[in-house]
Amino acid sequence: MATDTTQRGARPAGTLTAWQGMARQYDYWLTVYKRTWRGGVISSFLTPLFYVVAMGVLLGGFIDGDPARLEGATSYLAFIVPGLVAAHAMQIAVSESTYPVMGAIKWHKTFFAQLATPLAVRDLVNAFVAFVVFRIASACAVFMLVLAPFGVFESWWGPFLAWVAQVLVGTAFALLTFGYSARLKSEEGFGVLFRLGVLPLTLFSGAFFPVANLGPVLEWVARLTPLWHGVSLSRMFCLDTVDWPVAAVNVVVLVALCVLGWFWSVRGLDKRLEV
Amino acid sequence: MISARGLRKSFGDFEAVKGIDVEVRKGEAFGFLGPNGAGKSSTMRMIASVSPVSGGELRILGMDPATDGPAIRGRLGVCPQEDTLDNELNVFDNLYIYGRYFGIDRATCRERARELLEFAQITEKAKAKVEDLSGGMKRRLTIARSLINNPDVLLLDEPTTGLDPQARHVLWDQLFRLKQAGVTLVITTHYMDEAEQLCDRLVVMDKGLIAAEGSPRELIDAHSTREVAELRFGVGEHEGLAEKVADLGERVEVLPDRLLVYSDHGEEVLTAVLDRGLSPIATLVRRSTLEDVFLRLTGRSLAD
Repeated sequence: MATDTTQRGARPAGTLTAWQGMARQYDYWLTVYKRTWRGGVISSFLTPLFYVVAMGVLLGGFIDGDPARLEGATSYLAFIVPGLVAAHAMQIAVSESTYPVMGAIKWHKTFFAQLATPLAVRDLVNAFVAFVVFRIASACAVFMLVLAPFGVFESWWGPFLAWVAQVLVGTAFALLTFGYSARLKSEEGFGVLFRLGVLPLTLFSGAFFPVANLGPVLEWVARLTPLWHGVSLSRMFCLDTVDWPVAAVNVVVLVALCVLGWFWSVRGLDKRLEV
Repeated sequence: MISARGLRKSFGDFEAVKGIDVEVRKGEAFGFLGPNGAGKSSTMRMIASVSPVSGGELRILGMDPATDGPAIRGRLGVCPQEDTLDNELNVFDNLYIYGRYFGIDRATCRERARELLEFAQITEKAKAKVEDLSGGMKRRLTIARSLINNPDVLLLDEPTTGLDPQARHVLWDQLFRLKQAGVTLVITTHYMDEAEQLCDRLVVMDKGLIAAEGSPRELIDAHSTREVAELRFGVGEHEGLAEKVADLGERVEVLPDRLLVYSDHGEEVLTAVLDRGLSPIATLVRRSTLEDVFLRLTGRSLAD
C-alpha cells in the first residue's frame, strides 16, 4: 500500500502503524465472528440471564433490600447485577484468551502463518484482543439492555459508564490472560487458571456480597484483586453512588493492568514464536 | 536477492547454523540440500525474517531483516514445512484473508485468489473446507497462498515431504512454471531427486555448515564418478567383500544393505565382479546422483 511508505518516518521500512496492523486482520476476525457468533449468543447472553434470575430474583427474594448493608442498593437484584456483568466480562475475556491463543500457537499455527506477512507480533496481539474486547462489549451491552426493565439502574447515564467499566475490566483480563496463555506449553495450565483464578475471583471480588462481609483483612485482599475494581466501578455507576476518588483509583488500576498486560502479552508471544 | 556472510543461528548452547556464506541471484532456483537437522530450516526462517540472526550478516533484497522485517516479508512468499493453513476457513478464504494481511485491497485479493486457485488446480474446491483436501492439494494451496502478494522470492521449506509421487510431480511442474515466470525460488529438501530436478544451484548442508556448493551437475562431476555400480550381497557380507572389489572403481562405499562401486564405466565393473566369481543377489548400474555427492562429503547418506 502506498501509505505504508509515505508514513514511514523514523520507523524501519515497511513497519505498519498499529491501526494498519489491525485493519489488515479485520476480514479474518469478521470471518471468525460469522462462524462463531451463534455459540457466543448462548454463552454470552443466556448464561448470565440464568444467573440473574436464579441468584438475583429467586435467591435474592430471601434477602432484605437494606441499602446500608448492600452498598447503597435497594434490592439484592440491584446489588448483584452490576457485579455479575463485570464478572461476566472477566469470564468472556479469560475464555476467549486461553484456548484460542494456544490454538493459534500450537494447533492451528495461525500466528506463524500471520507472522510470515508484514504483520508483527504486536499487530497479532492488538487484533486478537480487539476482537475479544468487541465480544465483551457486545455481550455486556446486551446484558445491560436486558436488565434495564428490571429497575436496577438509578440513573440514565450511569449504565453507560458502568458498561465502559465492564469493558475496561474485561480488557485488562484479556491482556493478562493472553500473556499467560502465550507462555503456556500445555493446556493443563488453563485448569489451574479457571479453578484458582476465575472461580475465586468471581465468588469473592464483591460480585455476590459486599466485600466488607469478609472481615477487615480479607476485605483488603479482595480490594486488591483486579475484578473488584471493575465490580466497584460498575456498581457505583449503576446505583449512582459514585465515590469519585475511589472511582479514580479503580480506573487507574485497571488502565495500569491493561498497559502491563499488553507488554506482557507482546513479550510472551514474541518469545514463544521465535524458533 | 539474498546474501549471507558468516550467518549463524543458535538456540541456547545449541548452534543450528555455524557460519554459512550464501548468495542467491535473481531468477534462479537455489537449493539447500541436507539431512534433517542440518540447519536448513533455521536458515530459511532467518531468510523469512521471522527468526532473528544470531551472528554474521544477512541481507534480503538489499535490506536487513533486523530492522526492515515487515518490508522484506511483504516481498517474500513463504511455504513452510508444516502446513499452516487455517482449517476453519474455506479454501478461497485462506487465500483472500492472507492477501489482506499484505495490505492488498479486497477486489484485487479476490481476483488474485481466483487466479491462484486456477494455478493450483483447485478451483472446484474453492468453497471446500481445508481439512477435506488431500495432502497434495493442501500443499498446492499453501504454495498458492504464498504467491498471493506476487513475491520476488519464494521460500519453500521441504515442499514435497509427505506427498505421494504423483502429487510431487504435479507440484514440481508448478514450481517449474513459477521459475519460468521469473520468480526466484529458494528450496530446502532432503530429496536429492528434487534438488536435481528443481535447483539451478545448491549448497549441501551438514551439521550447520556448507559442505559444497554448485549446480547439481558440477557437484556430481566434482565429487563423484559418472556411474555407480550397486552390488547387493547377503546380510553382513558387505564389509568383508568391499576389499575384493576395491580396485575395480575409484572408490567403494559400504552401506548396510549394499556396496557402491564408483567408476565411470559401471557395466565393466559388474562384468569384473562376476569374473572374480562373486555372485551378488542384485546389481544395478546407475548415474551418480547428489546422494552420492552427499555420501562422499559427509560419509553419511541423506536418510540418516
